[in-house]
Amino acid sequence: GEVGSPPAQERVLFPPTFSVSEIKNKQRRHFMFLRWKQQQRKEKLAAKKKRKKEREALGDKAPPKAVPKTIENQRVYDETTVDLNDEEVAFDEATDEFAPYFNRQTVPKILITTSDRPRGRTVRFCEQLSTVIPNSHVYYRRGLALKRIIPQCIARDFTDLIVINEDRKIPNGLVLSHLPEGPTAHFRMSSVRLRKEIKRKGKEPTEHVPEVILNNFTTRLGHSIGRMFASLFPHDPQFIGRQVATFHNQRDYIFFRFHRYIFKSEKKVGIQELGPRFTLKLRSLQKGTFDSKFGEYEWIHKRREMDTSRRKFHL
Amino acid sequence: SPQVVWDMLGNRQFCSYKITTKTQNFCRNEYNITGLCNRSSCPLANSQYATVREEKGRCYLYMKTIERAAFPRRLWERVLLSKNYEKALEEIDENLIYWPRFIRHKCKQRFTKITQYLIRIRKLTLKRQRKLVPLRRKIERREKRREEKALIAAQLDNAIEKELLERLKQATYGDIYNFPIHAFDKALQQQEAESESESDAEKEGEDEEEDVDKREFVEADDSDLSDFEDMDKLETSSEEEEEVEKKPSQSKHKGKAPLKGPARRKRPHMEIEYEEETEPTVKAQTA
Repeated sequence: GEVGSPPAQERVLFPPTFSVSEIKNKQRRHFMFLRWKQQQRKEKLAAKKKRKKEREALGDKAPPKAVPKTIENQRVYDETTVDLNDEEVAFDEATDEFAPYFNRQTVPKILITTSDRPRGRTVRFCEQLSTVIPNSHVYYRRGLALKRIIPQCIARDFTDLIVINEDRKIPNGLVLSHLPEGPTAHFRMSSVRLRKEIKRKGKEPTEHVPEVILNNFTTRLGHSIGRMFASLFPHDPQFIGRQVATFHNQRDYIFFRFHRYIFKSEKKVGIQELGPRFTLKLRSLQKGTFDSKFGEYEWIHKRREMDTSRRKFHL
Repeated sequence: SPQVVWDMLGNRQFCSYKITTKTQNFCRNEYNITGLCNRSSCPLANSQYATVREEKGRCYLYMKTIERAAFPRRLWERVLLSKNYEKALEEIDENLIYWPRFIRHKCKQRFTKITQYLIRIRKLTLKRQRKLVPLRRKIERREKRREEKALIAAQLDNAIEKELLERLKQATYGDIYNFPIHAFDKALQQQEAESESESDAEKEGEDEEEDVDKREFVEADDSDLSDFEDMDKLETSSEEEEEVEKKPSQSKHKGKAPLKGPARRKRPHMEIEYEEETEPTVKAQTA
């Protein structure tokens, strides 16, 4: 049929009212589509060349290169974005639940536990997590209700509680609760990599207190979550240990990494990943301690309302 | 007559309640007392039959007698058993007095089993229930894809390295790291000269906040906010900075040639020869 007899010219002019999708025959339609695509590509290449020529012709007077649009550039402006010098925010932070931590009145002490009957992977992950976070203890959950654990923890001076939820032998959720009446954040956890699955040649994390990096927590909500993470780690990092724990927020996904760094010069630093890695996505933030029925939710992820725009992020 | 029924259904012809497996035959009839397909436990093939069944937590004794065989609606007589285990057993005995031993025994066995599982249900409902939330495939896939893209966009290694270098510059590490000072100061001067207006406010803010011991957290925010907001503005100026900064560092690296030998030796070579042409590559790295 038509496959063998394409016109030999370079520029094929399609009639303006022609649409490739109107041809009923699949083979012919495919062929026509390929030709159309080729033509589009050629036009694009020609336009590019032309632009480059113009640019070179202008030389120094050329306008600066256009910045490509990224999702971060196009992000819908969130009115709760924290300004650097916002007094109200500063005042809030001085009086919220983390104030005692930031004023160095409390030392973080963390309890890590899982949901019922954890499988091997989760148990190992908990152990590795407890090596990453200093002053943390792992306790086996024997079917105890969280509501009863929490008063006991408070009595024993724990400041934070982490519950790792498990489903089908892999950890998939994280509940982080600041204990004395603190907020509770519920995350969905994904891409959990244990230490042996990470391609690196480092040793295990030492007992030194790591530094903390919190990236990209811009909105008010992000700010409070960031402070929650910061309050897990003791205040004074031991720089001798050269370890750093990073919570990097990108498009509402919080990536956790644990590295060892070394400064090769003042412009060069090498990092080596040790320790587990995982990503979190915030599902809900609750005002008091963990209480699913009667708690006061500060923020819940509502899929229908919040997932409508690709450029809108909440953290 | 029951014998004929059994001959037909049990052995030869088709019985819709019968399930055959390799080792056993089961009976799906709801009135069956043992659940197996036997001559003695088939409710269809026995004109005198009794079962225990439970409904909404209460146990009932069902009885079938020959006299009512002609009235299917009234065929099964139902007796409510008491909640007390022993009393219920006595009631079964009373009702099934003079009945064949097999049926009596099996009724009591079945009743025992039922009470045991009812107890278990009540115990479990008191404990925490696991709530099963169905996953939505489309949403899971979407989240996964978005996570991957976010990971690529995040460029974690670069971000961490940048942050660490920032902290080094802000002297948070104190005197632990000794690097030759002249290159450092030169670079600092360059930075101050070019981005004076932007960095002044930040530096002042940082100095104040360092005193309040919020060092780790707040600095990260500052630098990142400034990074992402001012990236466009700083793009052109940072390229120049990098060029200038590379030169003093390159001169230093020549002395440290043993580190990453071939790569390092190549770089100073390239820098000196193709000075102008490295601009596009530098831009690509920052953008």
